[in-house]
Amino acid sequence: MSEDTPIAVTSLNHWFGTGEARKQAIYDVNLQVKRGSLTVLMGPSGSGKTTMLTLMGCLRDVQEGSVQLLDHELKGADRALNEALRRRLGFIFQAHNLHGSLTALQNVLMGLQVHRLTDRQTQEVAARHALSLVGLADRMDYLPANLSGGQKQRVAVARALVGNPDVIFADEPTAALDSESGMIVVKMLKKLGQLRGTTTVMVTHDNRILEMADRIVTLEDGRIVRDTAPYDPLSSAKPAS
Amino acid sequence: MSRLLQWLFGRLPIGWLQLTHSRTRFAAALSGVAFANVLVFVQLGIMGSMATATLKPYGFFQANIMISASDANSMTEGGNVARQWLFQALADPEVTGGTGLYVANVSWARPTKTLSLTTYGIDPTLPAFLSPVMASKTETLQLQNAGILDMFSRGLPREEAAAIRPQTPTSFEVSGSTLTLYDTFQGGGGFGGDGFMMVSDQTFMTLFPARSSAAPDHILLQIAPGADPDAVVARLRALISDKTLRIRSYAQAAAEDLSYQQTKRPTGIIFGFGVIIGILVGIVIVYQVLSTDVADHLSEYATFKAMGYPQRFFLGIVFEEALILAILGFIPGFIVASGLLAGMKKATTLPLAMTADMAGMVFVGTLIACTISGAVATRRLAAADPADLF
Repeated sequence: MSEDTPIAVTSLNHWFGTGEARKQAIYDVNLQVKRGSLTVLMGPSGSGKTTMLTLMGCLRDVQEGSVQLLDHELKGADRALNEALRRRLGFIFQAHNLHGSLTALQNVLMGLQVHRLTDRQTQEVAARHALSLVGLADRMDYLPANLSGGQKQRVAVARALVGNPDVIFADEPTAALDSESGMIVVKMLKKLGQLRGTTTVMVTHDNRILEMADRIVTLEDGRIVRDTAPYDPLSSAKPAS
Repeated sequence: MSRLLQWLFGRLPIGWLQLTHSRTRFAAALSGVAFANVLVFVQLGIMGSMATATLKPYGFFQANIMISASDANSMTEGGNVARQWLFQALADPEVTGGTGLYVANVSWARPTKTLSLTTYGIDPTLPAFLSPVMASKTETLQLQNAGILDMFSRGLPREEAAAIRPQTPTSFEVSGSTLTLYDTFQGGGGFGGDGFMMVSDQTFMTLFPARSSAAPDHILLQIAPGADPDAVVARLRALISDKTLRIRSYAQAAAEDLSYQQTKRPTGIIFGFGVIIGILVGIVIVYQVLSTDVADHLSEYATFKAMGYPQRFFLGIVFEEALILAILGFIPGFIVASGLLAGMKKATTLPLAMTADMAGMVFVGTLIACTISGAVATRRLAAADPADLF
């Protein structure tokens, strides 16, 4: 793996449950994700998209095979390494998961405080800027309960992006957004890839996003069944190797 | 407050923001902690007053060694001691003097209430055995059938107590004799009676004709300056042939009396349990608040875990909440308990008071109890799994 491939998955297998109830969810998956790309994971419910996302995002222990994230092997990684790597990632959840007791600004600040790098004033300037970028300059001091579903999701996006992550993992990030807001968010992610080299791996069913994706990986029953690059005449329709 | 905590912690005060997000729940949590504090304060206050009241009469006298009957667990309990042991004790070269102390309860039947007065009879011609205040009143005590009364006796109006002076004495009947009160001193109601009274040994015998001057309740001894009371006690134990007697230093007698009141008498045990129950109530309340709070925020904590926040960050939030509850719950608890103790003191004349030591002890105890609750509540943090967020 090189700096150009922040994510490299090799012969990955994963099971849920134990004993007779043990069920395999991922079968011998191989995948390499290029730096700065926008990769979309697709597939029907239960196909293993979310499991892949959590395995690559070091939110779940790797059981068999290998996942290299940002030049670190995740199989057997200890808690300290997982925490250190997570600080270099950005997560956007389908259910925004904002902290209900914190204002929009404070929620975004949480994305910065984890780094403990900059002073409080600089952090606040960065958080305000991130909220402005997602069109919430006038909602900074609102609690999540007083924001619409779309506004909450935009706060979650700002929180994920404000720390300038190396990789963003997103699960249906535009599901709660209207089409215009959704496109703004995806364009922002795309632009981050081009300008900063931020890599995005996203689970989505939104066809408008598929058009902007650099790569579309389709999973079925825990296996990659299609790996395509839209508008790329050289892309293959066979499982990735 | 939020800014102050942010400055203190160097991060957003998430614990404070979580607690204050629901004002009603926060107020209920603080009330719970305050309630537990009040429970502990009141029980400790009563225990403290028991100690003060128990030791109070020891302050009326001055002695180095006390000889009591084997069953004399306190100054007011137990059988008599033969006066012959006083004379035998005087044979020790370092015992400089001795006297008998007589103790009994006198009832003063008043129109509204009958007062039970713990009455001490002592030889007024030996003022060295009395505290300086008492010693200044020995001339009065030498009068026939005269007594001096505890001005803080429970059930005795203050103005009436203040009116008792040599020029304006007051009298009442005791066992067919007339006892005249010429003066007062500062005592205070205890758990064994409404107040104290001091009479001469002669007057005591008049009031209690069945008692014999040859059998006091205790024998008080004084030893030569510089002599070691423990060494003298050891010699007296060897000298006095009645091995059932309790021969102790005066300080040890007071300490054993206090220990007996606090650990053997039902009242002491009950109040001791009250303190423990108060602490347990506080721990349970704070645990319930913190554990509910952790459960309510599991998905948010899981999100923070996904963002890379370490375990100590979450522990910090829970302990931040525990400390906030401890500190803010202590303040109303302290105020309410101070008022309650003052009211109880007025109603009972018991020496109940909020002391700085007690306040400090309860505050530290509250911090510890809340920290324990927080430590137990943090076990629920393990349930915050970031993989469940997707």
